[in-house]
Order: sequence, then structure tokens, then C-alpha cells
Amino acid sequence: MLAIALKDLRSLFLSPLAWGLMAVMQLLLAWLFLVQLEGFLEIQPRLAAIPGAPGVTGLVVVPLLDSAAVVLMLLVPLLSMGAFSREYSGGTFELLLSSPVSMTRIVLGKYLALLLLLAILWLLTALMPLSLLLGTALDLGRLSAGLLGLGLALAAYGAVGLFFSSLTRQPAVAAIASYGLLLLLWIIDLSGGQTLLQQLAIGIRYRHLLDGLVTSADIGYFLLLVLTALLLTIRRLNDRCGRG
Amino acid sequence: MNLLLEIKNIHHWYGDFHAVDGVSLSLDRGQVLGLLGPNGAGKSTTMRILCGALAATGGSIRLQGLEMARHPLATRRLLGYLPETPPLYANLTVDEYLLFCARLRRVGRHQRGSAMSRAKSRCGLERTGRRLIGNLSKGYQQRVGIAQAIIHEPALVVLDEPTSGLDPNQIREIRDLIRDLGNDHGVLLSTHILPEVEMVCDRVCIMNQGKLVFSESLGQLQQAAAGLLIRLQQPPDIESLAELPGVSAVDALGNRRFRLTLAADADNGVIAERIIRHGWILDELIPQQLALEQTFVRLTSGSAAA
Repeated sequence: MLAIALKDLRSLFLSPLAWGLMAVMQLLLAWLFLVQLEGFLEIQPRLAAIPGAPGVTGLVVVPLLDSAAVVLMLLVPLLSMGAFSREYSGGTFELLLSSPVSMTRIVLGKYLALLLLLAILWLLTALMPLSLLLGTALDLGRLSAGLLGLGLALAAYGAVGLFFSSLTRQPAVAAIASYGLLLLLWIIDLSGGQTLLQQLAIGIRYRHLLDGLVTSADIGYFLLLVLTALLLTIRRLNDRCGRG
Repeated sequence: MNLLLEIKNIHHWYGDFHAVDGVSLSLDRGQVLGLLGPNGAGKSTTMRILCGALAATGGSIRLQGLEMARHPLATRRLLGYLPETPPLYANLTVDEYLLFCARLRRVGRHQRGSAMSRAKSRCGLERTGRRLIGNLSKGYQQRVGIAQAIIHEPALVVLDEPTSGLDPNQIREIRDLIRDLGNDHGVLLSTHILPEVEMVCDRVCIMNQGKLVFSESLGQLQQAAAGLLIRLQQPPDIESLAELPGVSAVDALGNRRFRLTLAADADNGVIAERIIRHGWILDELIPQQLALEQTFVRLTSGSAAA
């Protein structure tokens, strides 16, 4: 399992894709961060006069994490799309299948590699708000709740991407399908009213965490999403093995 | 004998297509078995089932007495598999790739180094360790594929067309390697190249349309289906030729030539002696072996037309 994870991580970093994506992400987020910060500095004198006004955490960090979740949603499928598709099309999946490794371990190994890469992305994102600590005080509780939310969202993106990658030989199709589902989960609450759809929306859950509200229901939602996607992947691979 | 692999009555369906139809095989340790057949005969499917890359629709496979369906991990540890297209990662170097395979196949931490250098020297890869697999020629990639299959010293090595894409020298080296592997491992290989089978294999199985139509040791094959081509200066009528001991059929080929089809207990020396004693004056006597190729064509083209 660890061997698969290390090999995958290595392959990801050997291709320019991971580096390119990290650079693009960093550029976009840094721009958003600076814009938010500038806006905050402009209105800061007026805010100081209002008692109970939102501070730097609420006005800079939370919007940043909010957009980071969307930007990363666009990038993660590009990282996960090759996980299985490339193994299928390169014929290397037979090597894994003929090795004494169970299907569960293959999937977990792949997911672990993806998680490690996502952890790097998460850390890079977290560094930006943390850099504010040099000059000011932050609401650390709210920040850590937000970062926890971002981490959970990334884990869910990765698991969904992994599942779609196991469905097809073509990485691009896997990426598009992952976008489809993730975007749908973001906007599914637009219809409003119906409670079931509201329950399914990523955005609502994520915003709870950004507001500093850590509930087991929200955390459970993300973990359930990860677990479902991984179980479906394992099932799908076992199925594929039977049909050829 | 030391039974290594026993396949009993396996089936596989791709949708409506019956790709493997009740194949049974067995293989002893130290044997090289050649699996032949036209394209689409089900060879690769059989091999994929054997290696766990595909689940059989029915039937059972036992490797060293272990039932494959019940002990998937334990049996996979005993085999090394080279698929039709070698399963290589183009962006890794040969060393990185072989190390990955060794870890994947559960080679112990301390044996990995020696396992890698042994596999590399067997496949002639000593000097390519640091090169990227994607930059190697097809022949070398094929060698890396074979190295991958033998790195963990499996009891059974399954090679799907191991010599495709190699130059004649490399083919000879790989054949030597296969024969060498056959000394202490069981080897199952599929190929289109019939002389290759005659050179390296102990046993031949021929598949056609998903069925096993022929399974014989190579020695038996060469003995069994023999014939004689003769030319006589004063030929008698065909009936008297057919009365010669051990002759089961006679074909006149014109120009005083005849082909004698022989029964299993025929003796060429006795036949020659009778011909001379009858005074038919023997000009030529050419022993003919019904070579593998003829067997192959007879078994596979007939049913393809049907």
C-alpha cells in the first residue's frame, strides 16, 4: 500500500502537472488574498469606530478560504484524474492486479498519495492567513475551524475524483465527471426549500465551518462522502476485474 | 511429478462472447509450456485469468495446491506475469520501477538489492538502471517487463508473447533465459512463433475458439505423426505398397513418388528392407515429421472454416 502511494506521489511530482497546478493555485489565491487585504485596510479606520464590527479574520481570512475551496475544486480533479485512468490505458493496472495486494489496499494507496499532495496544497493555502500573525492578532479558533473545513473539502474532492478516475480509461472524462458532481454538490442548494437537497450541499456545510461552527453533522458529512466514494471505487474495481 | 499448476475447466464470457470455453491444463515444476493459437483464440484471456487480472466465470485454478479463488493474495505471490503490453511506467527509471515491483511483490527489505541485480543481470539490463523507461527502445522495455515478472523468484512465470518486438539476437537471449527459468520455475508462455515453441518448450497446448484442442509433450508430437516420402525406380501398384508393415495409408504423388503414412509402431528400417527385397529399387527415402506447424494448421484452420 505504501509502495503504491510513494510511486504515485513520485509520478505526480515527476510530471509538470502537479507543479503547474500548485503555481497557478498559489498565484490565484495570492491575488485574492492581497485584494481582500487591501479592501480591509481601506475600511479599517471606519470599522474601528463601530463596536462589535468584524475583524481581519472575518473580512480577509474567511473570504480567502471560501474562494480557495472553489479554486481547489477546479484543480483537484486534474490531479486525481490519472490515478486509475492512466493505469488502465498504460496497461500497468495488470501489474497491480497480479501482485499480492488487495483491491482495498490499491485504492487506499492511491488515495493516500493524493491526500499527501492535497496536504501540501492545503499547507500552502494555510500559510497565507497565518502570515497575518506577523502583524496582527487573528481569531485562531475560527481560522482553525475554516482550515479544518478546507482540509475536509479537499479530502472529499480527492475521493470523488478517484472514483471517477476508476470508471474510465480517459483522464479527461474522469476530470469532467468529477467537476460535474462537485459543482452540482456546490450549487445543489440553489433550489432552496427542500431540506434533502440542502443537506447534500457542500457549500452550506463548508460555510458552517468557516463561521467557526464545528458540528459533528458537518464533519460526518464530509467523512461520509469520502467513505462512499472510496467504497464505490473498490466495488467498481472488483467489478471491472470480473468483466474484463 | 511435482504438480505446480492445475487449471480445471475454466470459462470466461465477455458479454455474449464465450472467450474461454472449459480449458483444463496442468504444469509441473521445471516445465515450459507453450500456449499456441490464432489471434482471438483466448490465450491472453486464459493468462489474465491465471494471473488474477480477470475473474473466471467458472472453473478452478490451483497453484501449488492452493485454490486461487480462496487465497488470491497467497497465490499471486507465487506468480510473475508479463502481459501482452509490458506494464511499465514511462516516467520512472528502470531501478525505480524494479524497486517498486519488488516492494509490490513483497520482497523483503534486505533481499531487494540482490533481487534487483539478479533480475537485471538475467535480462541484460545491468547498464540501463538509471535510464528512464520511456526513453528505452521497445526491446529493452520488453526486457524490463520480463525482469519485473521474475524479480520475486516466483514459482510460476507467465509470459504473454515475450519475444514480440525484439531483434533476432535479443530473441535468442530471451529464449535462453526462458529455458534457464524452466530449470527451477514453471513457465507458461504464449506465442505466435512456432519454431520458438519447438526450441524452448517441453509441452505444447493449442487453443482455438476458446477451447483447448491439443495438449501433448513436444517429444510425443515429433514421434507420433511421422510419415515417409519415397521414390522408386520400379514402383508396384499402390495396394502392394499399402501392405508393407506399419504403413497405414499411401498417396501417389506422381513421377514414381509416394507418401507413406505410418502407424505408431512403424519401423523405417524394416520398410526400406522390404522395398529392396521386393526389387522395387529404392531411389529416395525421406522421413517426414508432421511438424508443429502442420498440427497447428490442421487443428485451427479446420474449425475456423466450419
